[in-house]
Amino acid sequence: MAFEYAPAPESRSVVDIAPSYGLFIDGEFTDAADGKVFKTVSPATEEVLSEVAQAGAEDVDRAVKAARKAFTKWSALPGAERAKYLFRIARIIQERSRELAVLETLDNGKPIRETRDADLPLVAAHFFYYAGWADKLDHAGFGGNPRPLGVAGQVIPWNFPLLMLAWKIAPALATGNTVVLKPAETTPLSALFFADICRQAGLPRGVVNILPGYGDAGAALVAHEDVDKIAFTGSTAVGKAIARQIAGTDKKVTLELGGKGANIVFDDAPIDQAVEGIVTGIFFNQGQVCCAGSRLLVQESVQDELLDSLKRRLSTLRIGDPLDKNTDLGAINSAEQLARIRTLADAGEAEGAERWSPECELPSSGYWFAPTLFTNVTQAHTVARDEIFGPVLSVLTFRTPDEAVAKANNTQYGLSAGIWTEKGSRILAVANKLRAGVVWANTFNKFDPTSPFGGYKESGHGREGGRHGLEAYLDV
Amino acid sequence: MSESERLSVFKTYKLYVGGKFPRSESGRVYEVTDSKGRWLANAPKSSRKDARDAVSAARKAFGGWSGATAYNRGQVLYRVAEMLEGRREQFTAEVAASEGISKAKAAAVVAATVDRWVWYAGWTDKIGQVTGGANPVAGPFFNLSTPEPTGVVTVLAPQDSSFLGLVSVLAPVIATGNTAVVVASERSPLPALSLGEVLATSDVPGGVVNILSGGTAELAAPLAAHQDVNGIDLYGADETLAKELEIAAADNLKRVLRPSPVDFSADPGIGRLTAFLETKTVWHPTGSLGASGSGY
Repeated sequence: MAFEYAPAPESRSVVDIAPSYGLFIDGEFTDAADGKVFKTVSPATEEVLSEVAQAGAEDVDRAVKAARKAFTKWSALPGAERAKYLFRIARIIQERSRELAVLETLDNGKPIRETRDADLPLVAAHFFYYAGWADKLDHAGFGGNPRPLGVAGQVIPWNFPLLMLAWKIAPALATGNTVVLKPAETTPLSALFFADICRQAGLPRGVVNILPGYGDAGAALVAHEDVDKIAFTGSTAVGKAIARQIAGTDKKVTLELGGKGANIVFDDAPIDQAVEGIVTGIFFNQGQVCCAGSRLLVQESVQDELLDSLKRRLSTLRIGDPLDKNTDLGAINSAEQLARIRTLADAGEAEGAERWSPECELPSSGYWFAPTLFTNVTQAHTVARDEIFGPVLSVLTFRTPDEAVAKANNTQYGLSAGIWTEKGSRILAVANKLRAGVVWANTFNKFDPTSPFGGYKESGHGREGGRHGLEAYLDV
Repeated sequence: MSESERLSVFKTYKLYVGGKFPRSESGRVYEVTDSKGRWLANAPKSSRKDARDAVSAARKAFGGWSGATAYNRGQVLYRVAEMLEGRREQFTAEVAASEGISKAKAAAVVAATVDRWVWYAGWTDKIGQVTGGANPVAGPFFNLSTPEPTGVVTVLAPQDSSFLGLVSVLAPVIATGNTAVVVASERSPLPALSLGEVLATSDVPGGVVNILSGGTAELAAPLAAHQDVNGIDLYGADETLAKELEIAAADNLKRVLRPSPVDFSADPGIGRLTAFLETKTVWHPTGSLGASGSGY
């Protein structure tokens, strides 16, 4: 008999969400110029969490002006002083991490286990890491006295709202740039709480500006002629539009775009470990991860054993209240995203792939999608080619290492890949041949501020994280 | 018979594609003149088809060239410098004629070009150490970042510096393991086409460098839009053309190096080496010591 888990909900009392929030411009919360607002909801319950000011082109202009004005002083500060501000921010994030984790879970729908144990520790770590660079830029390998670019326009997605903010803001501030950041319309809250952290840290006004809003605000930010650097994380389609838009300008750009990561399991892989890695690879954050291992490539001879084991493991995943500490899979971020996942999964079935999900009961309100496996998948199938951005795994097979490499590389993307084998030389040989920016061997979806992240081919331009992440914000 | 009575042998300039010297598929040529307007030669006027053939050749060569050891690539590039050294007089004459500078100045340009090639030859096995490295992640992982070539790169060679400029933009692309499709200076393509002959007689595998002459705008358009081209150096394009090409390049998110003025006689730095490199980061578990914390 299986022992049932008792509910273990995280307390919401640690976070105090105001009924409404403004834009954060020049150190102050303010209404949108045209007075527009939008509601942000909890994807797990559809409960309205708060009403948030919606930035438009005029607000973008105001924020860029504030950032430009702040740039003169901020960039002239000794690196050691900038470092101290960033260290302060890192510490305050650590102090408030439980509050932020609960907030993020409410606004995004991801399990508290992930916000508490993955997102928040990484957010603080990014600020710590880049804080230490601020007074060491001469030693970063970009020549002596590298200069900041100016005002950075940053547009981030909803899958890791606070972590993506940290990836963008920490290196920008460390290098002496000022920022205007637009969080995604479905997850604006943690960025607004971050604005409050900037206040607590005593950060000079205008250095960080936060503009919740929709795609039009992002487009206005990218197009603004006084923005020197664009940092975008999101879809490949929008990334291409940005690349077109800034053609012929002096704007520097980093683009972190889509992926269709291959997770390759060889016949000598430790199967139990591989199964855990496959689960982490595609079901972490409900599969809403650009570097997700969404294509499982398994060597034919171990296919049956692996799939049996994987299905057994999926049957133990707990889906439901993201605030419950026992929850493995939370809610899909929005109704639109859920509809997109459904459409693509239905296409998989229609094209003849075999669909499987474990028995599981989904909550009646909110946006939910059961963990899903597709077998009998060919390389031509939609589920093997298109990024689904949800908990959907496509399984393909191979016979030889060369075939595995060819299939893994048969994609427009090139962000991530996984390799599972006990043989070290095979790991390195295969990793060498994969056209992907991050390769995880016998592990998956690991992140660290010191480790550069970014893609080949249509997965984007540039790297974030590590020493490499500084380059995007320096005049080199 | 004295030299003044002897009728000289003209040279038929041809493209360099896939290690071979084809005429343009289009059958077209255009007149190349010296700085005073005197006829020098007919250069092939490449077509879109020639450009596509060059991309195919570059793609085919990519696996072998990018997979070669850095030491090997350095040897091969140094061999090119050796071959160039032996042809200094020929290049001096071509550069003097096409750029309208004195023999002495052209000789200095050619010498600088040979030295530039040697400089880049030495970079093949150093750039990985300078731009890569081990990352101290907070966990039991060996985490290594290494630069890798981005793939097939289109190079629009400088219009005014037909030899030193050409080598300054081409050499870094192939030194890092990319393969190249070069659009030569439109007005002064002859040194570039002769460089093809040098490459063919050195050890550079066919297809690693492909050289096209003709209309820069005409050739650049299909190359910037080509789905199998991974990067483009827009140096040889004017502002308007560069913007159009950058827009076309966005279609498959090519790596774009925008044109900006360069003093080719100055230290080139490593900007052009890193422009067409990717960074690959590999995570590998290291295992961890037991609870005692001691491995001994």
